[in-house]
Amino acid sequence: MGKLKTMVVKNKEVSTTEEQAKVRQETRQILRRFRRKQGNLIPILQKVQGKLGYLPREAMLEIAEFLEVPEIDVYSVITFYNQFRLNPPGRHSIRVCLGTACHMKGGYITLDAWKRRLGIDRGETTPDQEFDLDSVACVGCCVMAPVTVVDGKPQGKVEPTKVDGLLLSFESEREKKSKG
Amino acid sequence: MKVGELSDITSAFHEIKNHAESYRQALYDSGKPLIMVGTATCGRAAGALEVLKAIRGELKRQNLACPVIEVGCLGHCYAEPLVIISKPEYPSICYGWVNPVIAERLIKEFVLGDNPCLEFVLGALEENDLVPSFSDFPRAKYENKVILKNCGQIDPTEIDHYIAKGGYSALVKALQMPPSQIIDEVRRSGLKGRGGAGFPTGQKWELCRRAVEETKYVVCNGDEGDPGAFMDRTVLESDPHSIIEGMIIAGYAIGARYGYIYVRAEYPLAVEQVKIALRQARKLNLMGKRILGSHFSFDIRLFQGSGAFVCGEETALIASLEGKPGIPCHRPPYPAVNGLYGKPTLFNNVKTFAYIPRIIDNGAQWFTSIGNERSKGTAVFALAGKVVNTGLAEVSMGTTLRQIIFDVGSGIPGGKHFKAVQIGGPSGGCLPESALDLPVDFDSLKDAGAMMGSGGMVVLDEDDCMVEIARYFLEFTQRESCGKCTFCRLGTKQMLEILNDITQGRGRIDDIDILSELAEDVIAGSLCGLGKTSPNPVLTTLRYFRDEYEAHIKEGRCPALMCPNLIAYYIVPEKCERSCDACVGTCTVEAVTSHPKKRYKIIDQEKCVKCGTCLNACPPQYNAVIKLSPPSEVPS
Repeated sequence: MGKLKTMVVKNKEVSTTEEQAKVRQETRQILRRFRRKQGNLIPILQKVQGKLGYLPREAMLEIAEFLEVPEIDVYSVITFYNQFRLNPPGRHSIRVCLGTACHMKGGYITLDAWKRRLGIDRGETTPDQEFDLDSVACVGCCVMAPVTVVDGKPQGKVEPTKVDGLLLSFESEREKKSKG
Repeated sequence: MKVGELSDITSAFHEIKNHAESYRQALYDSGKPLIMVGTATCGRAAGALEVLKAIRGELKRQNLACPVIEVGCLGHCYAEPLVIISKPEYPSICYGWVNPVIAERLIKEFVLGDNPCLEFVLGALEENDLVPSFSDFPRAKYENKVILKNCGQIDPTEIDHYIAKGGYSALVKALQMPPSQIIDEVRRSGLKGRGGAGFPTGQKWELCRRAVEETKYVVCNGDEGDPGAFMDRTVLESDPHSIIEGMIIAGYAIGARYGYIYVRAEYPLAVEQVKIALRQARKLNLMGKRILGSHFSFDIRLFQGSGAFVCGEETALIASLEGKPGIPCHRPPYPAVNGLYGKPTLFNNVKTFAYIPRIIDNGAQWFTSIGNERSKGTAVFALAGKVVNTGLAEVSMGTTLRQIIFDVGSGIPGGKHFKAVQIGGPSGGCLPESALDLPVDFDSLKDAGAMMGSGGMVVLDEDDCMVEIARYFLEFTQRESCGKCTFCRLGTKQMLEILNDITQGRGRIDDIDILSELAEDVIAGSLCGLGKTSPNPVLTTLRYFRDEYEAHIKEGRCPALMCPNLIAYYIVPEKCERSCDACVGTCTVEAVTSHPKKRYKIIDQEKCVKCGTCLNACPPQYNAVIKLSPPSEVPS
């Protein structure tokens, strides 16, 4: 129900102690640039996610300690806002715009096509860590509807056939790399 | 303030202005053609950066040293990417639908040669005898650019360009006025908040000014979360200084020292442009300590929202600024009295602040001369959906919806029929053809069941299902509900489930009554604007398009042929060309096959995912793929 739904999302555990130490260290480095007040929580989370790609448990613990707020407060802010993610992103990000114009021009069909091809749902990452799929509520390029933002670049008129085309270009790029 | 100080402000600004003037001269009076490329988000999505690269590359190859600047959005988003070339002895000409190849031709033939390539012209910026200008467009009759005046014509990353166009002169003027006089001017202008609710701006400022506190804040609400709206984004990206100037004036008027600009994280370019603008304003001492040598200090910080629609609500936005989940709280006390960190806080929308410098410059009387009896000034709309000229339009208040959609927007593409216009996003409503002659202002839209909202306008045609659009908006608000109020949290959930049932063919006849009842309850039982307005899309579609609901429920039929569960794709054997395999090849799930003997194509209804690719692929001369509703219509 509304925001509460996201609460069940599991946070990916950082497995080795080595990785944990690295996460903590990188988080601390970012924290050095901030003053200890709760108003900085969201900017901190944005910076940490910008660096690590997502917000692992160790980063949350560091942030809570730094701002002297209960850990659950950090967690509740993270799960409230759509921007924050608890899982590592894929190498390529696929964001299907579901703004009004995109929806009416078939954005939901495009999202279905991505789901079908990647075999994952909204908010998930493919097992090979290659793609992560999500929807966004309007990127403001309504003129090009339906829009999919691929690796930060808005692509216009993305219909099921273009989904296949985009995936094909990623594949050929990968092949080129493995050969070259 | 002493008299000596007044002249100090003017002379301090005089130097800044001179500097800006020399910048302007270098751009426009160098004798070389000036090239402007629109690289706002809309332009970039259409490939403006590739065009820019092609222009720079070609200039280098031709050994030309013309100034090339990146500008914001001109509002003609349908024709992006746009390139404007100002060549001496020619009018400034705007070219539309430019690609790298066209861009290189423009450089070779017009910048280097003297063929203005009329075939690529969209319009000239000023009237002339050579090419049609924008003022000859049918939309020019209704357009009245006040806050979009600079958008697409100045470099948003260059403060000198803004100053050369008259920017920051309102601030200089305001700093020499007593605060009460500024508020009086704003009050007399009749300016109402452009965030959607339409609260009189002057009155809000007065409340903040009267609040007795040492610390006060000014917050610019740029959390434009309505899907389908991009007016604030455009102003933030194309003319950020107008907002900053408005905020500084507001700060001076109410006695605040600090301001925040709250911008959605989904607008990375807007964030970037505002950052640059703030840095530049601070550097010239137009912002910061003792502005222009006066006793007034004011500084603005940028805050990036993180994707929560409810944060457009001011008390939720405050929570977000304080580092908490964006959950609204009860008003009163209003933020004007008790806001950010418990201090008096002035909240205004991006566009509201952008009007302020114009009002101070031109006076309240000028502003009241625009618009109609009840609402003054202009309204900015983002036109999207099934309309030819998608983009931004600024028109005087009181212009009718018909004029905006059919004259400014040039009507519906593909010869389709207009069905409805969705105004105000998830809080607004869908208005039918009969409401098209309504003048657009705060009150008349409210009477019709919609609301101004922040200004998103999505045009719907005969192919759009009204039950589906109501379901879409409710799904949005339901997901974005913060969960504080029971009716908003659970009521919208129930409504959504009923709408899901209806659009999937499981509707029951008493569903319509339950929906209306629930809608009333959600309105009555919710604290903030999100909950109070979330049933609007359902209520207006029920009011104007009840027959569509009934067709879904009683006949299992979607009249617009949109709801996937209620339609089937079918290939008419008589129309199928048989030797063409376009549909078979494009089907993304291999559901289309050839008849083993007669070779016409057949869709396997079990496999079909109803993506419509076959319909688009079928060549128009055959048009053999059709949609049928209910699916039982498909001949076996």
